[in-house]
Amino acid sequence: MMDAKSIAEERLIVEVLRYRPEEDAAPVMESYEIPYIDGMSVLQALQYIKDYIDGTLSFRWSCRMAICGSCGMMIDGKPQLACQTILRAGDVRSLRVEPLKHFPIERDLVVTMSDFVSKVESIYPFIIPRSPRTPAEGEYLQTPAEMARFENFSDCINCMLCYAACPQFGENPNFLGPGVFALLQRYNGDSRDAGQNKRMELVHTENGAWSCTAVGHCSDVCPKHVDPANAVNQNKTNSALDFFLRFLPRRGQSERGV
Amino acid sequence: MRRPYLRPIDSLWWAKPPYLAYTLREATGIAIGAYALVLLAGVICLAVSENAYDAWLRFLASRWSLALHAIFLVAMLFHVWTWFAIMPKTMPRLVIGGRYVEPRLITATGVAIAALASLVLLVIALRILQ
Repeated sequence: MMDAKSIAEERLIVEVLRYRPEEDAAPVMESYEIPYIDGMSVLQALQYIKDYIDGTLSFRWSCRMAICGSCGMMIDGKPQLACQTILRAGDVRSLRVEPLKHFPIERDLVVTMSDFVSKVESIYPFIIPRSPRTPAEGEYLQTPAEMARFENFSDCINCMLCYAACPQFGENPNFLGPGVFALLQRYNGDSRDAGQNKRMELVHTENGAWSCTAVGHCSDVCPKHVDPANAVNQNKTNSALDFFLRFLPRRGQSERGV
Repeated sequence: MRRPYLRPIDSLWWAKPPYLAYTLREATGIAIGAYALVLLAGVICLAVSENAYDAWLRFLASRWSLALHAIFLVAMLFHVWTWFAIMPKTMPRLVIGGRYVEPRLITATGVAIAALASLVLLVIALRILQ
Protein backbone atom coordinates (compact mmCIF):
# COMPACT_ATOMS: atom_id res chain seq x y z
CA MET A 1 0.00 0.00 0.00
CA MET A 2 2.85 2.39 0.83
CA ASP A 3 4.59 2.76 -2.53
CA ALA A 4 8.16 4.03 -2.56
CA LYS A 5 7.45 7.04 -4.77
CA SER A 6 5.00 8.76 -2.43
CA ILE A 7 7.22 8.05 0.60
CA ALA A 8 9.95 10.05 -1.06
CA GLU A 9 7.61 12.83 -2.05
CA GLU A 10 5.32 13.79 0.78
CA ARG A 11 5.56 13.81 4.56
CA LEU A 12 2.91 14.32 7.21
CA ILE A 13 3.49 15.61 10.72
CA VAL A 14 1.27 13.78 13.21
CA GLU A 15 1.03 15.15 16.73
CA VAL A 16 -0.24 12.58 19.20
CA LEU A 17 -1.13 13.12 22.85
CA ARG A 18 0.86 10.45 24.69
CA TYR A 19 0.24 9.25 28.23
CA ARG A 20 2.28 6.45 29.73
CA PRO A 21 1.01 6.09 33.31
CA GLU A 22 4.25 4.50 34.53
CA GLU A 23 6.42 7.43 33.43
CA ASP A 24 4.30 10.49 32.53
CA ALA A 25 2.84 12.63 35.32
CA ALA A 26 0.47 14.15 32.75
CA PRO A 27 -0.22 13.60 29.03
CA VAL A 28 2.35 15.12 26.63
CA MET A 29 2.20 15.94 22.91
CA GLU A 30 4.63 14.05 20.72
CA SER A 31 5.34 14.64 17.07
CA TYR A 32 5.93 12.03 14.39
CA GLU A 33 6.85 12.48 10.74
CA ILE A 34 5.36 9.84 8.48
CA PRO A 35 4.99 9.31 4.73
CA TYR A 36 1.79 10.84 3.43
CA ILE A 37 -0.39 8.97 0.98
CA ASP A 38 -3.36 10.71 -0.58
CA GLY A 39 -6.56 9.13 0.72
CA MET A 40 -5.01 7.49 3.78
CA SER A 41 -7.04 7.36 6.98
CA VAL A 42 -5.96 8.74 10.34
CA LEU A 43 -6.03 5.13 11.57
CA GLN A 44 -3.49 4.20 8.87
CA ALA A 45 -1.29 7.10 10.02
CA LEU A 46 -1.40 5.79 13.61
CA GLN A 47 -0.69 2.25 12.45
CA TYR A 48 2.37 3.50 10.53
CA ILE A 49 3.68 5.15 13.71
CA LYS A 50 3.10 1.97 15.73
CA ASP A 51 4.66 -0.32 13.09
CA TYR A 52 7.70 1.75 12.06
CA ILE A 53 8.43 4.48 14.64
CA ASP A 54 7.16 3.69 18.15
CA GLY A 55 5.61 0.33 18.95
CA THR A 56 4.49 1.52 22.39
CA LEU A 57 1.78 3.83 20.95
CA SER A 58 -1.57 2.50 22.19
CA PHE A 59 -4.94 2.97 20.48
CA ARG A 60 -8.09 0.93 19.94
CA TRP A 61 -9.21 -0.19 16.52
CA SER A 62 -10.79 -3.17 14.86
CA CYS A 63 -12.99 -3.08 11.76
CA ARG A 64 -11.48 -0.18 9.69
CA MET A 65 -14.95 0.54 8.29
CA ALA A 66 -16.85 2.61 10.86
CA ILE A 67 -18.95 -0.18 12.27
CA CYS A 68 -17.12 -1.42 15.40
CA GLY A 69 -16.92 2.00 17.07
CA SER A 70 -13.47 1.39 18.60
CA CYS A 71 -11.31 4.14 17.07
CA GLY A 72 -13.15 7.26 18.25
CA MET A 73 -10.69 10.06 19.11
CA MET A 74 -10.23 13.81 18.93
CA ILE A 75 -8.83 14.57 15.47
CA ASP A 76 -7.83 18.22 15.09
CA GLY A 77 -10.06 18.93 18.09
CA LYS A 78 -13.16 17.19 16.71
CA PRO A 79 -14.52 13.83 17.91
CA GLN A 80 -14.20 11.52 14.91
CA LEU A 81 -13.59 7.90 13.99
CA ALA A 82 -9.93 7.51 12.95
CA CYS A 83 -10.82 4.94 10.28
CA GLN A 84 -13.44 7.21 8.71
CA THR A 85 -11.32 10.37 8.69
CA ILE A 86 -9.61 10.37 5.32
CA LEU A 87 -6.70 12.67 4.48
CA ARG A 88 -6.89 14.15 1.01
CA ALA A 89 -4.80 16.43 -1.16
CA GLY A 90 -5.32 20.06 -0.22
CA ASP A 91 -5.56 19.27 3.49
CA VAL A 92 -3.05 20.80 5.86
CA ARG A 93 -0.02 18.54 6.08
CA SER A 94 -0.26 18.20 9.83
CA LEU A 95 -2.59 16.36 12.13
CA ARG A 96 -3.31 16.51 15.85
CA VAL A 97 -4.71 13.39 17.51
CA GLU A 98 -5.88 13.20 21.14
CA PRO A 99 -7.95 10.72 23.14
CA LEU A 100 -11.70 11.37 23.42
CA LYS A 101 -12.51 14.37 25.61
CA HIS A 102 -14.34 13.99 28.94
CA PHE A 103 -13.09 10.43 29.58
CA PRO A 104 -10.21 9.39 31.84
CA ILE A 105 -7.16 8.40 29.77
CA GLU A 106 -5.85 4.88 30.44
CA ARG A 107 -2.88 5.08 28.08
CA ASP A 108 -2.17 7.25 25.02
CA LEU A 109 -5.38 7.25 22.94
CA VAL A 110 -7.15 4.61 25.03
CA VAL A 111 -9.85 5.93 27.39
CA THR A 112 -11.73 4.28 30.26
CA MET A 113 -15.03 2.86 29.01
CA SER A 114 -16.26 1.10 32.16
CA ASP A 115 -18.49 3.98 33.29
CA PHE A 116 -20.16 4.09 29.86
CA VAL A 117 -20.65 0.31 29.85
CA SER A 118 -22.29 0.31 33.28
CA LYS A 119 -24.64 3.08 32.11
CA VAL A 120 -25.57 0.96 29.08
CA GLU A 121 -26.31 -1.94 31.41
CA SER A 122 -28.41 0.24 33.74
CA ILE A 123 -31.16 1.14 31.22
CA TYR A 124 -32.57 -2.38 30.63
CA PRO A 125 -31.13 -2.59 27.09
CA PHE A 126 -33.47 -5.36 25.93
CA ILE A 127 -37.12 -5.73 24.99
CA ILE A 128 -39.37 -6.31 27.99
CA PRO A 129 -42.52 -7.82 26.47
CA ARG A 130 -45.97 -6.99 27.79
CA SER A 131 -46.67 -10.66 28.28
CA PRO A 132 -44.11 -13.43 27.75
CA ARG A 133 -44.66 -15.62 24.70
CA THR A 134 -43.41 -19.02 23.75
CA PRO A 135 -41.86 -19.60 20.29
CA ALA A 136 -44.93 -21.67 19.46
CA GLU A 137 -47.07 -18.54 19.84
CA GLY A 138 -45.13 -16.85 17.04
CA GLU A 139 -43.09 -13.66 16.69
CA TYR A 140 -43.90 -10.15 17.96
CA LEU A 141 -45.17 -8.32 14.88
CA GLN A 142 -44.38 -4.72 14.00
CA THR A 143 -45.37 -2.46 11.09
CA PRO A 144 -42.77 -0.44 9.11
CA ALA A 145 -44.31 2.76 10.56
CA GLU A 146 -43.83 1.47 14.12
CA MET A 147 -40.23 0.59 13.29
CA ALA A 148 -39.56 4.05 11.77
CA ARG A 149 -40.16 5.57 15.22
CA PHE A 150 -37.00 4.08 16.71
CA GLU A 151 -34.96 2.54 13.89
CA ASN A 152 -32.20 5.17 13.76
CA PHE A 153 -31.60 4.80 17.52
CA SER A 154 -30.70 1.14 16.97
CA ASP A 155 -27.84 2.17 14.65
CA CYS A 156 -25.61 3.29 17.56
CA ILE A 157 -22.14 1.67 17.52
CA ASN A 158 -21.12 2.80 21.05
CA CYS A 159 -18.19 4.86 19.75
CA MET A 160 -18.79 7.52 22.41
CA LEU A 161 -18.04 10.44 20.06
CA CYS A 162 -21.26 12.07 21.30
CA TYR A 163 -19.93 12.03 24.88
CA ALA A 164 -16.80 13.85 23.76
CA ALA A 165 -19.05 16.40 22.01
CA CYS A 166 -21.30 16.95 25.04
CA PRO A 167 -20.19 19.80 27.32
CA GLN A 168 -22.81 18.82 29.91
CA PHE A 169 -21.27 15.35 30.19
CA GLY A 170 -17.92 17.13 30.66
CA GLU A 171 -19.45 19.14 33.51
CA ASN A 172 -21.33 16.19 35.03
CA PRO A 173 -19.82 12.74 34.36
CA ASN A 174 -22.87 11.12 36.01
CA PHE A 175 -25.14 12.32 33.19
CA LEU A 176 -26.41 9.20 31.38
CA GLY A 177 -25.40 10.97 28.19
CA PRO A 178 -26.48 11.01 24.54
CA GLY A 179 -25.42 7.50 23.45
CA VAL A 180 -27.12 5.72 26.35
CA PHE A 181 -30.26 7.81 25.76
CA ALA A 182 -30.30 6.71 22.12
CA LEU A 183 -30.27 3.10 23.29
CA LEU A 184 -32.92 3.84 25.92
CA GLN A 185 -35.19 5.40 23.29
CA ARG A 186 -34.49 2.48 20.93
CA TYR A 187 -36.36 0.30 23.46
CA ASN A 188 -38.84 2.86 24.86
CA GLY A 189 -39.90 3.72 21.30
CA ASP A 190 -40.34 0.09 20.29
CA SER A 191 -43.99 -0.97 19.99
CA ARG A 192 -43.11 -4.48 21.25
CA ASP A 193 -41.65 -3.14 24.50
CA ALA A 194 -43.46 -2.47 27.77
CA GLY A 195 -40.49 -1.55 29.98
CA GLN A 196 -41.00 2.25 29.84
CA ASN A 197 -41.84 2.57 33.55
CA LYS A 198 -38.50 1.06 34.57
CA ARG A 199 -36.47 3.21 32.19
CA MET A 200 -38.38 6.42 32.99
CA GLU A 201 -37.14 6.12 36.59
CA LEU A 202 -33.67 6.91 35.20
CA VAL A 203 -34.93 9.58 32.77
CA HIS A 204 -36.57 11.65 35.55
CA THR A 205 -33.42 12.12 37.61
CA GLU A 206 -30.94 15.01 37.61
CA ASN A 207 -28.51 12.71 35.77
CA GLY A 208 -31.22 11.75 33.27
CA ALA A 209 -32.78 13.91 30.55
CA TRP A 210 -32.62 17.08 32.69
CA SER A 211 -28.81 17.23 32.55
CA CYS A 212 -29.15 18.05 28.85
CA THR A 213 -29.41 21.69 27.74
CA ALA A 214 -30.05 20.92 24.05
CA VAL A 215 -26.63 21.92 22.77
CA GLY A 216 -27.23 19.40 19.97
CA HIS A 217 -23.56 18.88 19.07
CA CYS A 218 -23.79 15.16 19.92
CA SER A 219 -25.97 14.62 16.84
CA ASP A 220 -23.60 16.63 14.65
CA VAL A 221 -20.62 14.36 15.39
CA CYS A 222 -22.51 11.04 15.25
CA PRO A 223 -20.97 8.91 12.47
CA LYS A 224 -24.15 6.81 12.13
CA HIS A 225 -26.74 9.64 12.10
CA VAL A 226 -28.39 8.24 15.21
CA ASP A 227 -29.47 11.74 16.37
CA PRO A 228 -28.93 11.12 20.12
CA ALA A 229 -29.95 14.73 20.91
CA ASN A 230 -33.43 13.81 19.72
CA ALA A 231 -33.47 10.75 22.00
CA VAL A 232 -32.58 12.87 25.06
CA ASN A 233 -34.87 15.79 24.28
CA GLN A 234 -38.03 13.86 23.46
CA ASN A 235 -37.56 12.24 26.86
CA LYS A 236 -37.75 15.66 28.52
CA THR A 237 -41.29 15.84 27.10
CA ASN A 238 -41.99 12.29 28.33
CA SER A 239 -40.61 13.10 31.77
CA ALA A 240 -42.67 16.31 32.03
CA LEU A 241 -45.80 14.42 30.91
CA ASP A 242 -45.20 11.79 33.59
CA PHE A 243 -44.82 14.54 36.18
CA PHE A 244 -48.16 16.18 35.34
CA LEU A 245 -50.14 13.05 34.52
CA ARG A 246 -49.54 11.61 38.02
CA PHE A 247 -51.99 14.27 39.30
CA LEU A 248 -54.76 12.69 37.25
CA PRO A 249 -56.81 9.85 38.70
CA ARG A 250 -55.79 6.47 37.37
CA ARG A 251 -58.07 4.18 35.46
CA GLY A 252 -56.06 1.02 35.92
CA GLN A 253 -52.45 0.61 34.78
CA SER A 254 -51.83 2.28 31.43
CA GLU A 255 -50.38 0.14 28.70
CA ARG A 256 -47.70 2.50 27.39
CA GLY A 257 -45.80 3.31 30.54
CA VAL A 258 -47.34 6.71 31.35
CA MET B 1 -0.01 -0.14 35.92
CA ARG B 2 -3.31 1.74 35.92
CA ARG B 3 -3.38 5.43 36.69
CA PRO B 4 -6.29 6.94 34.69
CA TYR B 5 -5.78 10.62 33.96
CA LEU B 6 -8.84 12.87 33.63
CA ARG B 7 -8.07 16.06 31.73
CA PRO B 8 -9.74 19.19 33.14
CA ILE B 9 -12.53 20.64 30.99
CA ASP B 10 -12.11 24.06 29.39
CA SER B 11 -14.19 26.36 31.59
CA LEU B 12 -14.73 28.68 28.57
CA TRP B 13 -16.13 25.95 26.30
CA TRP B 14 -19.37 27.90 25.86
CA ALA B 15 -17.53 30.89 24.38
CA LYS B 16 -15.83 28.94 21.59
CA PRO B 17 -16.95 27.10 18.46
CA PRO B 18 -18.71 24.76 18.01
CA TYR B 19 -20.60 25.69 21.19
CA LEU B 20 -20.71 29.46 20.54
CA ALA B 21 -23.79 29.13 18.30
CA TYR B 22 -25.61 27.34 21.15
CA THR B 23 -24.57 30.03 23.65
CA LEU B 24 -25.81 32.76 21.29
CA ARG B 25 -29.12 30.92 20.74
CA GLU B 26 -29.69 30.82 24.50
CA ALA B 27 -28.44 34.42 24.99
CA THR B 28 -30.73 35.84 22.28
CA GLY B 29 -33.60 34.47 24.40
CA ILE B 30 -32.74 37.24 26.91
CA ALA B 31 -33.09 39.89 24.17
CA ILE B 32 -36.50 38.47 23.25
CA GLY B 33 -37.56 38.56 26.93
CA ALA B 34 -36.39 42.20 27.12
CA TYR B 35 -38.43 43.06 24.01
CA ALA B 36 -41.50 41.51 25.62
CA LEU B 37 -40.92 43.73 28.68
CA VAL B 38 -40.79 46.84 26.43
CA LEU B 39 -44.18 45.86 24.95
CA LEU B 40 -45.57 45.10 28.42
CA ALA B 41 -44.44 48.56 29.58
CA GLY B 42 -46.49 50.01 26.71
CA VAL B 43 -49.62 48.13 27.79
CA ILE B 44 -49.13 49.27 31.42
CA CYS B 45 -48.61 52.90 30.29
CA LEU B 46 -51.81 52.68 28.23
CA ALA B 47 -53.71 51.53 31.32
CA VAL B 48 -52.22 54.25 33.55
CA SER B 49 -52.88 57.43 31.56
CA GLU B 50 -52.70 59.09 28.16
CA ASN B 51 -49.64 61.06 29.29
CA ALA B 52 -47.84 57.87 30.29
CA TYR B 53 -48.65 56.28 26.92
CA ASP B 54 -47.39 59.35 25.05
CA ALA B 55 -44.18 59.24 27.08
CA TRP B 56 -43.75 55.57 26.14
CA LEU B 57 -44.29 56.46 22.44
CA ARG B 58 -41.69 59.24 22.72
CA PHE B 59 -39.27 56.75 24.26
CA LEU B 60 -39.84 54.37 21.32
CA ALA B 61 -39.00 57.16 18.83
CA SER B 62 -35.75 58.03 20.61
CA ARG B 63 -32.41 57.23 18.97
CA TRP B 64 -31.44 55.03 21.93
CA SER B 65 -34.62 52.98 21.56
CA LEU B 66 -34.18 52.60 17.79
CA ALA B 67 -30.66 51.22 18.34
CA LEU B 68 -32.03 48.85 20.98
CA HIS B 69 -34.76 47.64 18.62
CA ALA B 70 -32.18 47.06 15.86
CA ILE B 71 -30.36 44.74 18.31
CA PHE B 72 -33.68 43.08 19.21
CA LEU B 73 -34.41 42.47 15.50
CA VAL B 74 -31.03 40.82 14.83
CA ALA B 75 -31.35 38.74 18.01
CA MET B 76 -34.89 37.70 17.06
CA LEU B 77 -33.88 36.62 13.53
CA PHE B 78 -30.99 34.54 14.90
CA HIS B 79 -33.21 33.05 17.58
CA VAL B 80 -35.98 32.13 15.14
CA TRP B 81 -33.52 30.39 12.82
CA THR B 82 -31.66 28.45 15.54
CA TRP B 83 -34.87 27.65 17.44
CA PHE B 84 -36.42 25.96 14.43
CA ALA B 85 -33.06 24.33 13.64
CA ILE B 86 -33.10 22.54 17.04
CA MET B 87 -36.87 21.90 17.00
CA PRO B 88 -36.74 18.51 15.22
CA LYS B 89 -34.39 17.32 17.97
CA THR B 90 -36.80 18.29 20.75
CA MET B 91 -39.93 16.53 19.48
CA PRO B 92 -40.88 12.88 19.08
CA ARG B 93 -39.89 11.44 15.73
CA LEU B 94 -42.52 12.42 13.20
CA VAL B 95 -43.81 9.51 11.13
CA ILE B 96 -46.35 10.42 8.46
CA GLY B 97 -47.83 7.75 6.23
CA GLY B 98 -45.42 5.17 7.62
CA ARG B 99 -42.36 7.27 6.70
CA TYR B 100 -39.98 9.23 8.88
CA VAL B 101 -40.13 13.01 8.23
CA GLU B 102 -36.64 14.51 7.65
CA PRO B 103 -35.56 17.06 10.31
CA ARG B 104 -34.63 19.54 7.57
CA LEU B 105 -38.23 19.57 6.36
CA ILE B 106 -39.52 20.32 9.90
CA THR B 107 -37.03 23.21 10.26
CA ALA B 108 -37.94 24.62 6.83
CA THR B 109 -41.68 24.42 7.62
CA GLY B 110 -41.20 26.21 10.95
CA VAL B 111 -39.12 29.01 9.43
CA ALA B 112 -41.61 29.39 6.55
CA ILE B 113 -44.56 29.72 8.98
CA ALA B 114 -42.63 32.27 11.09
CA ALA B 115 -41.76 34.28 7.96
CA LEU B 116 -45.36 34.18 6.70
CA ALA B 117 -46.77 35.20 10.11
CA SER B 118 -44.30 38.13 10.28
CA LEU B 119 -45.27 39.24 6.76
CA VAL B 120 -49.02 39.15 7.57
CA LEU B 121 -48.39 41.13 10.79
CA LEU B 122 -46.30 43.68 8.89
CA VAL B 123 -49.04 44.18 6.25
CA ILE B 124 -51.69 44.64 8.98
CA ALA B 125 -49.45 47.11 10.87
CA LEU B 126 -48.79 49.15 7.69
CA ARG B 127 -52.55 49.24 6.91
CA ILE B 128 -53.31 50.59 10.40
CA LEU B 129 -50.59 53.27 10.01
CA GLN B 130 -52.10 54.52 6.71
